[in-house]
Amino acid sequence: MSELAYQTEHEAAPVVARLSGIRKRYGENTVLDNVDLTVRKGEVVALVGPSGTGKTTVLRMLAGLESASGGRTEVTGNTSVVFQEPRLIQALRVWKNVLLDDSLKPNARERALTALQDVGLEEKLESWPVSLSGGQAQRVAVARALYRRPDLMLLDEPFSALDAFTRRSIQSLVLKLWAKYRFGVVIVTHDLDEALLLADRIVILSKGRICHETHVDLARERDVTSPEFNALKRDLLRQFSLSLS
Amino acid sequence: MSSRESTLKATAAPDLASPAPAPRRVILREPLLRAVVPVLLIVVWQLVSSLGLASEFVLPAPASVLAAYHELWQSGDLQDALKISLARAAVGLLIGGGAGLLLGVAAGLSKSAERGFDTVLQMVRTIPFIALVPIFVVWFGIGEVSKIALIVGAAISPMYLSTYHAIRGIDPKLLELGRTFRLSRAHQIRLIILPTALPGILVGVRYSAAIALLALVAAEQINASAGIGYILNNANQFQRTDIIIAGILVYAVLGIGVDALLRFIERKVLVWRAAHV
Repeated sequence: MSELAYQTEHEAAPVVARLSGIRKRYGENTVLDNVDLTVRKGEVVALVGPSGTGKTTVLRMLAGLESASGGRTEVTGNTSVVFQEPRLIQALRVWKNVLLDDSLKPNARERALTALQDVGLEEKLESWPVSLSGGQAQRVAVARALYRRPDLMLLDEPFSALDAFTRRSIQSLVLKLWAKYRFGVVIVTHDLDEALLLADRIVILSKGRICHETHVDLARERDVTSPEFNALKRDLLRQFSLSLS
Repeated sequence: MSSRESTLKATAAPDLASPAPAPRRVILREPLLRAVVPVLLIVVWQLVSSLGLASEFVLPAPASVLAAYHELWQSGDLQDALKISLARAAVGLLIGGGAGLLLGVAAGLSKSAERGFDTVLQMVRTIPFIALVPIFVVWFGIGEVSKIALIVGAAISPMYLSTYHAIRGIDPKLLELGRTFRLSRAHQIRLIILPTALPGILVGVRYSAAIALLALVAAEQINASAGIGYILNNANQFQRTDIIIAGILVYAVLGIGVDALLRFIERKVLVWRAAHV
């Protein structure tokens, strides 16, 4: 897809988040320097880059967990976050973890069930988190995020703690859900394969700046072994080493 | 060789057919093992008495202590005393533990609450509650008020400390979860903070209950006119060692009983910790 074609396809979709000229300092340390990022509904953006380059800080700003030292942050609509760890509350049953609400609005349980069906865990409705495997716990975290009907789904290295097989199956689960609900996605990852599998657009951050952006013009489901995939990956790796020098 | 194999098979076969007995044996063995040492102690005690190694006045035989229980039970003294002593401990524990819980939750949730009274409570904690007996007698007299006040004072700080630490010890990532999903403060407290802190809070309940019973014993030394302490004081005056020992053992059984009850409640309330459903 050419730059122009990509723009026309996505221009129609409303903007769910826009960062402009974002700066973030911790004391003397500048973590983010003049970062611009626009995410539209239905778009998957991957933030990649070496550790300590502010990827997670960008995500936390979009989630409203962190404020910028300068620049503008606009987020419209609902945001949901899936963190690196499931962050389930051990004392609550799975469906209550999905709800995170005890005011018990009518059919809350049914809605929790729907979200759990979406991640294929409807039979765990009444289970305690301690009985779940790592992959299952992370899927509950995805269901909890879905339950909020997000316009923007924020994923902070959500699969990095899982084994390779579980990771693959959750990656395709997230793609399936994205295809169904068409929320915007920002995923922070240090795994180039993951970025290339999931994203429409890959943004490379280095030393607090955006140093490269690529549109991924491959039909889904993508095949990690295909020559096109690997050509893109080679290209990204070159950009990566450029960004480090 | 072949005969050995066949015996192996013979012993293995019923196990495979009925795997149930194995866990049952474990369940039976556990309380039996726990009973071994106490039973041995009673046997030694009986021997010491029977062999005349200690006079009946210094150490009455287990049988005499049993007879003392019988006597106390027949007269109704034991039942009345138990009711009164348990009521004192319960009221003191309820007030002291409740106050400790509230203060602990407040200090755990709010920095300014912690600054407000943490230092005072840490100071109170270092005072042995028995040292308070004389001043409480001056302030509250020798009636029920000073007894219950002593139990309240003893029960308050273990509950406070456990609750405070349980709340402060919650993983900040879980607290962040509440902010991420924009839960109201009330929801964060009800859904994240209190359930997650509950195991620590229940440890506080057990500490407080144990210390409330200790304080009960100390409190009942103050001119008790009813309760287990009254029975002990009377027995002391009449030189009834058998009744003294009977009374002391009642305190011990109360301690074990209350702890067992609280453990049971803990298991019921904290199903989620071990559950694999």
